[in-house]
Amino acid sequence: MAELREELKEKLIEQLSLEDVEIGEIGDDDPLFGDGLGLDSIDALELIVLLEKDYGIKLKDPKEGKAIFESIGVMADYIAKHRTK
Amino acid sequence: MIKEKYYISDFCSIRDKKVFKNGEQLYIDSESDSLKDFGKGIYQYLELKYPKFHKMDELCKLGFLASEVLLRDSDKLDQDTALVLSNRSSSLDTDRKHQVSIQDREDFYPSPAVFVYTLPNIIMGEISIKNKMKSENAFFVTESFDADLMSKYSKILMDTGKATNVICGWVDLDNDKYDVFLAFLSKKGRIELTKEELNNLYNQ
Repeated sequence: MAELREELKEKLIEQLSLEDVEIGEIGDDDPLFGDGLGLDSIDALELIVLLEKDYGIKLKDPKEGKAIFESIGVMADYIAKHRTK
Repeated sequence: MIKEKYYISDFCSIRDKKVFKNGEQLYIDSESDSLKDFGKGIYQYLELKYPKFHKMDELCKLGFLASEVLLRDSDKLDQDTALVLSNRSSSLDTDRKHQVSIQDREDFYPSPAVFVYTLPNIIMGEISIKNKMKSENAFFVTESFDADLMSKYSKILMDTGKATNVICGWVDLDNDKYDVFLAFLSKKGRIELTKEELNNLYNQ
């Protein structure tokens, strides 16, 4: 699970162009939106695409993302349970 | 009726790996191989701290950086400063990237972060967000820089009270070929706003 969390941090920095952020600065439980990493609504859509493209998880309702993308830890747990690739 | 005179207060350009403001070279980068690195170099030179910059497409980055250069050390900007921009290639550079991501039905993953930049007027949105502007804006796609159109349109905005100042210019990018020129138009300045003067400054 720790490996998946690190992988997600790397993907987040690369795919969401978080150029000023280092992997070590993202805590497993830090909120990704709002006061945390400050991601926005376009980033949320980008994360939905990432789930499908890299892990074969297709969200039926985009609103599900709000809970899944709470933090790296929550996201990793969800991926581990639902991934198809 | 006496017609109000308007002036070109400041102007800047980004061309050939160089940044100029009011005719003076501010920044040169002869080492970077890519437009992305060139833009990042200007961002660092200007000591900007604006993470959203890194998410912009290259066209927006160019327009955004030019606006930062133009407005640097200036207190002229206000809520009624309009934006009137133009270019030749629209958002073609990013349109192509989006097209690549949707042309294979077996590998169909369009990126929302790319898609949002498939309109050239997003440049004005980015500049407005950064500077908290809620003013008039217009974006024209023309074959080449049209100083007559830019000066006439800007004068109308100021004559009719739709704007107190105008940032006008040209922000073009296609396949790493870029050409950027912005001018700040207001009621004060040394160079009177005419299409000839605007054209001269663009061609400097």
